[in-house]
Amino acid sequence: MDANASARLKRRIATVAHRVGLFLAMLVICLPGLWIVLSSLRPTVEIMAKPPVWIPQQVSFDAYVAMFSGVGKGGIPVLDYFRNSLIISVTSTVIAIAIGMAGGYAFARYRFRGKSAMFLGLMLTRTVPGIALSLPLFFVYAELDIIDTHFGLILAYVALNVPFTIWLIDGFFRQVPKDLAEAAQIDGCTRWQAFWQVEFPLAGPGIASSGIFAFLTSWNEFALASQLTRSINSKTLPVGLLDYTAEFTIDWRGMCALAVVMIVPALLLTFIVQKHLVGGLTSGAVKG
Amino acid sequence: MATVSLKKLTKRYGTMEIVHGIDLDVGDREFIALVGPSGCGKSTTLRMIAGLEEISGGTIEIGERVVNDLPPRSRNISMVFQSYALYPHMTVRENLGFSLKIAGIAKEETDRRVAEASAILGLDALLERRPSQLSGGQRQRVAMGRAIVRDPDVFLFDEPLSNLDAKLRTQMRTEIKKLHAKVKSTVIYVTHDQVEAMTLADRIVIMREGYIEQVGTPDEVFKRPATRFVAGFIGSPPMNLHEATVADGKLVFSGGGSLPLPGRFKAAVGAGDKVVFGLRPDDLYPVGHGLQSGDAADVHELELPVTVTEPLGNETLVFSEFDGRDWVSRMLNPKPLKAGDRVAMSFDLSQAHLFSAETGKSLRT
Repeated sequence: MDANASARLKRRIATVAHRVGLFLAMLVICLPGLWIVLSSLRPTVEIMAKPPVWIPQQVSFDAYVAMFSGVGKGGIPVLDYFRNSLIISVTSTVIAIAIGMAGGYAFARYRFRGKSAMFLGLMLTRTVPGIALSLPLFFVYAELDIIDTHFGLILAYVALNVPFTIWLIDGFFRQVPKDLAEAAQIDGCTRWQAFWQVEFPLAGPGIASSGIFAFLTSWNEFALASQLTRSINSKTLPVGLLDYTAEFTIDWRGMCALAVVMIVPALLLTFIVQKHLVGGLTSGAVKG
Repeated sequence: MATVSLKKLTKRYGTMEIVHGIDLDVGDREFIALVGPSGCGKSTTLRMIAGLEEISGGTIEIGERVVNDLPPRSRNISMVFQSYALYPHMTVRENLGFSLKIAGIAKEETDRRVAEASAILGLDALLERRPSQLSGGQRQRVAMGRAIVRDPDVFLFDEPLSNLDAKLRTQMRTEIKKLHAKVKSTVIYVTHDQVEAMTLADRIVIMREGYIEQVGTPDEVFKRPATRFVAGFIGSPPMNLHEATVADGKLVFSGGGSLPLPGRFKAAVGAGDKVVFGLRPDDLYPVGHGLQSGDAADVHELELPVTVTEPLGNETLVFSEFDGRDWVSRMLNPKPLKAGDRVAMSFDLSQAHLFSAETGKSLRT
């Protein structure tokens, strides 16, 4: 076998090994999701079976039907929870993105006193575990009488997301060359127009991805929501999962069904926004 | 009419003064090049004229209107950036028409002006492409197109060719010159490349450390450099510049070697004066291989050892040693020479320059 043939063979083996490795990794990542979907479709006996039953024997949509049935027939107010989740997540994401854009732009473009300290401060807030905040927050909210309101949760989630959106969007604005905004100003734009006409479209994909992150954080958040919500006024879907636990039993099938209901909108949103996450938009702006 | 006039223009960052109260008048339709080494304040000056940088003192007038505090969009200028700064999310057509769209100009008029600019610069085939699909030279042309579409009073160029390879640079240089002949606007062109400045500009402004060293036509700054710095900066290869002391009708160099003091400097210097002697490579050549510019009596001959030769085809740069230092000379109609050869060299002293060793100013009277 000559050197070329053996090199070619090695490359092929490497490709195959690479794909097998990727497949195994994806399997590990996807398995919990698949297990949730499967579990939502089969009776508890099968879910709890040891050794595990991989291929469902009886498939039924009972859990889904029950979920949307009235209270007393195994139903929970899933539509209320969904509405609360949607209102809270969307509003807090929009606000966090607006603040993140303003803050990120300022950090990326301007020099001011205490800039690094402020930036570090923002990052430090991320080091505090959410659960550690829940008790102090509970007392403050109780004083302000905003427990069990949309406003209360939106406020908490905006505070949670803003440091992250600022940090992420700052990075994207840094990638947009300063020359472009200057060229736009010479071309007749005000500073404001230069931002919306040139810098914003170019940082757009980054802003969209930080939007996804902020949305998913709010959508999936449980620790704070479980403390700060009480009723269908403001309970979100993750808190709603607790409705399936009783003193002595847990309805695993129902819980999995609700989890699927939660995952679907998040997946849909990600797919929709992902289309706009075209990287490398700034290539060709400036040489280098 | 668009003259540009800078009066006592100053730029400070905190306590650091970058541009020290410079004065400059640019005539209508004049092509001015600001040239100097990096950090000399030329780009800062240009950005102050553009309004991208606030001024710390003095005034800027464009077309006899003080524009000190006007934003860039109100100055009726256009600028070509070193990085081109094309909008990557727009096609070439949209890039060209962007300023007109912002100004709210009707679509037909915009189309007409974009077509005009694209015809001048040969961009017709590229109009629907995006900047990322263009080569460096094409991007450069789009950047220039974007500037001419606006029909500005003043064009500002900030080192527009420094990102191109040598061949393309020469080509674009010619295009810029043609463009200026066509659009007849006032141009202020910043470059660190003295060849670009010499070939393009009507007048050259040589800057150094925030001061203007000299303003003059290419011929003036080449033939009559006002300072030692200008003498060394303009011309390639650079002028031979060596310190010497005046003594008894001679210039004595540090190593003990001497040359006769050129006649026209006799009144300007006295014995013991420390000076810098300057002679262009064109005025130093192996006997019979150069062009004598002045009186034959001013040509001084010395036999010197050759250290290095750099053949360029039509001419050869010959480095020879005199007074312990290398002197570069230009040999026209070259004959083969090699290191170590001893060659009789002509010093055409009628073309020599003398600068004060202390102030660096020319001692020409």
